[in-house]
Amino acid sequence: MLHFFQRPRSPFKTGVLVLIWGWMLTFVLLPNVMIIFTSVMTRGDSHFIEWQLTLDNYIRVFDPLYLQVFISSLWMAVITTLICLIIGYPFAFAISRFPAHVKPFLMLLVIIPFWTNSLVRTYALKVLLATKGLLNQSLLSLGLIDTPLRMLYTEGAVILGLVYVLLPFMILPLYAVFDQLNYNYIEAAQDLGASKIKTFWHLVIPLTMPGIIAGSLLVLLPAMGMFYIADLLGGAKHLLIGNLIKNQFLDARDWPFGATASIFLTSAMAILLYAYWRSIKLMKQQVNV
Amino acid sequence: MTHPPSVLVSLKDVSKSYDDKTVLAALDLDIYDGEFVTLLGPSGCGKTTILRLIAGFERPNHGQIILAGEEITQQAAHLRHVNTVFQSYALFPHMSVFDNVAFGLRMEKVAEPEVKERAIQALEMVQLANLAHRRPHQLSGGQQQRVAIARAAVKRPRLLLLDEPLSALDYKLRKQMQNELKRLQRQLGITFIFVTHDQEEALSMSDRVIVMREGHIEQIGTPRQVYENPKTLFVARFVGETNLFDAVIQTKNNHHWTLTLAQQNVCIKARTHLAHLAEGQKVKVLLRPEDMRLYAPADRQALADQPCLSGKVIERNYKGMTLDTVIALEQGGQILVSEFFDEEDPDFDYRLGESVLVSWVANWEVILVDEQVSPSVAVSAVEEV
Amino acid sequence: MITWLTRGYMTLVYLFLYLPILVLIGYAFNDSRSLYTWGGLSLRWFEAALNNTLLMQATGHSLLLAIVAATGATIVGTLTAIALYRYRFRGKKLLNGLLFTVMMSPDIVMAISLLALFILLGIHLGFISLVLSHITFCIPFIVVTVYSRLSNFNPAILEAAKDLGCNEWQMTRHVLVPIILPAIAAGWLLGFTLSLDDVVVSTFVTGPTYEILPLRIYSMVRVGLKPEVNALATLMLLISLLALLASHLLIKKGSS
Repeated sequence: MLHFFQRPRSPFKTGVLVLIWGWMLTFVLLPNVMIIFTSVMTRGDSHFIEWQLTLDNYIRVFDPLYLQVFISSLWMAVITTLICLIIGYPFAFAISRFPAHVKPFLMLLVIIPFWTNSLVRTYALKVLLATKGLLNQSLLSLGLIDTPLRMLYTEGAVILGLVYVLLPFMILPLYAVFDQLNYNYIEAAQDLGASKIKTFWHLVIPLTMPGIIAGSLLVLLPAMGMFYIADLLGGAKHLLIGNLIKNQFLDARDWPFGATASIFLTSAMAILLYAYWRSIKLMKQQVNV
Repeated sequence: MTHPPSVLVSLKDVSKSYDDKTVLAALDLDIYDGEFVTLLGPSGCGKTTILRLIAGFERPNHGQIILAGEEITQQAAHLRHVNTVFQSYALFPHMSVFDNVAFGLRMEKVAEPEVKERAIQALEMVQLANLAHRRPHQLSGGQQQRVAIARAAVKRPRLLLLDEPLSALDYKLRKQMQNELKRLQRQLGITFIFVTHDQEEALSMSDRVIVMREGHIEQIGTPRQVYENPKTLFVARFVGETNLFDAVIQTKNNHHWTLTLAQQNVCIKARTHLAHLAEGQKVKVLLRPEDMRLYAPADRQALADQPCLSGKVIERNYKGMTLDTVIALEQGGQILVSEFFDEEDPDFDYRLGESVLVSWVANWEVILVDEQVSPSVAVSAVEEV
Repeated sequence: MITWLTRGYMTLVYLFLYLPILVLIGYAFNDSRSLYTWGGLSLRWFEAALNNTLLMQATGHSLLLAIVAATGATIVGTLTAIALYRYRFRGKKLLNGLLFTVMMSPDIVMAISLLALFILLGIHLGFISLVLSHITFCIPFIVVTVYSRLSNFNPAILEAAKDLGCNEWQMTRHVLVPIILPAIAAGWLLGFTLSLDDVVVSTFVTGPTYEILPLRIYSMVRVGLKPEVNALATLMLLISLLALLASHLLIKKGSS
């Protein structure tokens, strides 16, 4: 086996490696390095940036005007993540306890929204939530409310939209860990005298941590970037970091500041990715035992 | 056991089925305090289900489980004074060896200094105190096995359940762990219920063996009773190698029976417990390969009052300790003979194709009436529980 | 074993996921001009959508883009998966990490970095920049799809091919690729839908000369609700659903 992998290089292998490395370097590594550079440059009028080093952009992030957007966006993203986790965790667990022949179908029902256009789904939510929309009409005719509720263009609507679009991203990794969770661990904990609550706290949560972190990663980061959800459901008032970046790049033409804002997003990702790597290590140990 | 043992666990009329499949059917079983009991049977016979019912991972559909005089049928697993060593060990991967062993004590809210003392003690008992800080995945299979035992034993349960705990180990390590488990059981004085499908393991470790098949108990007895006096064909076949023959009782008097076996007449001692059988009755005869001896045809005279069959050697296999010979009997049928190797004996080596006589110690053959256990057989030599 | 409470809870979650979509589909068949009153069944909005030249042009662009991008990403992604499975090479871990990062990173971060790249390299914003971007974000998903098929694949089959005289290329072409073809096709379909679905990256790297469907819909619904969008959205849902089912069947076939 060993020597099989270590055959002298073939032109085919060289070609494949050059292609993939070339692609990743050109379209992933290089652009990201450029963004880091851009973030320490000065805004320019003719060529977007001027070659003048500055840390002004990093200071501007703390301008109350922008800081408020950052904090409110982070807030909405965190709330979205928590709601997705609270809905998705028991849901993923419930699916994993179904008989093996039903599970794929139940998961298919979760995956379908994941495959359908998220813009279209956001739009569908907008139709449902509109002042004269189906939800208000139903509530009115049931006599639960007297005047239509203003549901669109609120923070709640943005969060609902984010939860709606991102929930499958939380459920998928959670289901993956629940499905792999060795039920023997839970029995062993009970055997050693742990109550249901203690078993959940000491065993289930730590052992499903990779799924919790992966799901949070897949929800939290897009929740700060999906500007069209805030646009469609939140109007001009409830902005995400994504809206801010988009405005800086496409409208205000202040690339260095836009780049700085995106670096904050990337740093958040790096922290979560690190947590994910740590927990995945644990997961591998669990599988190997 | 010198004094009359007290019952620790009883299963009374316990049934368990999943969906429509019956796994245990109206099972009664008593386990005595301090004994090493093995549940032996092929996979799917219900032996693991018994463990899971006692541990509390499953509830019976019907019947009672009583532990130390207290009914625990519906009690939650974490409240039972019973601990399990899992087949996969189920060591918590996110905790150190020490934390694994301490887990059960912490769940009992034992004070931390005592937790430490007892956990280290338990690890010393399995000679792993020096690895307490490691993670389970950094240990070898045998070491993980010991941690699993320490983790269960540290709780000082009344009863330790072991679900095929040695099946993942290689042969040599398995032998070693068998001895170690015996030693631990004696040292701790805890009742062990051990589940296995390996008959050799069951025979070598247990005070009593419970042979199971398709949700019911075929036989309960000491390893010797189960091996030498199997109550049913199933037990005879499952426990050890067996030569099995159809036979017919030709003549019988108070001292001797004559059987037709592979179309040769064989004379055996009368069986008092089978006295009711009439001449012409069909029976099964079981002969263990290691009870058999080979002789040259010239020895016929010397074997006059011993049962004797004649045939030709068709296969010889050297097994190290023993020499296995397959004999094709004159009138059809084959018989396996397993003899201890004896280099001193000049007559020992028979060539392929050579004619030989096969004999065995009189009264060592086992006679069974039918696949079903007849009541008369049930009484034979096996203690009733 | 599964309680009614659990079933009720699961039903609610599924309802949450599907209710808006079902309402949208319902409205697509609504004859009334107003979105909010039911005027009977009708296909008029499908007709209106099909007669909207701008919408149809954008649809054509999107389909072409999705096909080209999915094909490109499938070629690069499949080769990458094979390389990761077959070869040891320096930087393998780094490559894995890069792919993982691309899959995880928020679209908007990739969008601006690619925009910066295209501006720097002087690549005209339009079809080319869209194709390059879409290929880039599709690659990791295709690598994962193909690699998961490869990882439960008996390597002795490849040794047998070599034993019978294949060189590396012949072995890949005649043995490996045919065996993993269902996974490759499933990857292509995933890439196709990802490309059709994308709003964020496209917003940044498109130019005024090349309008694509999600962006066209986006600009239409930002200002208000348009009934023909309901019809078009219903058609898009249908396409995605078909692609998903096809890929599901392919993966099933591949693993059996």
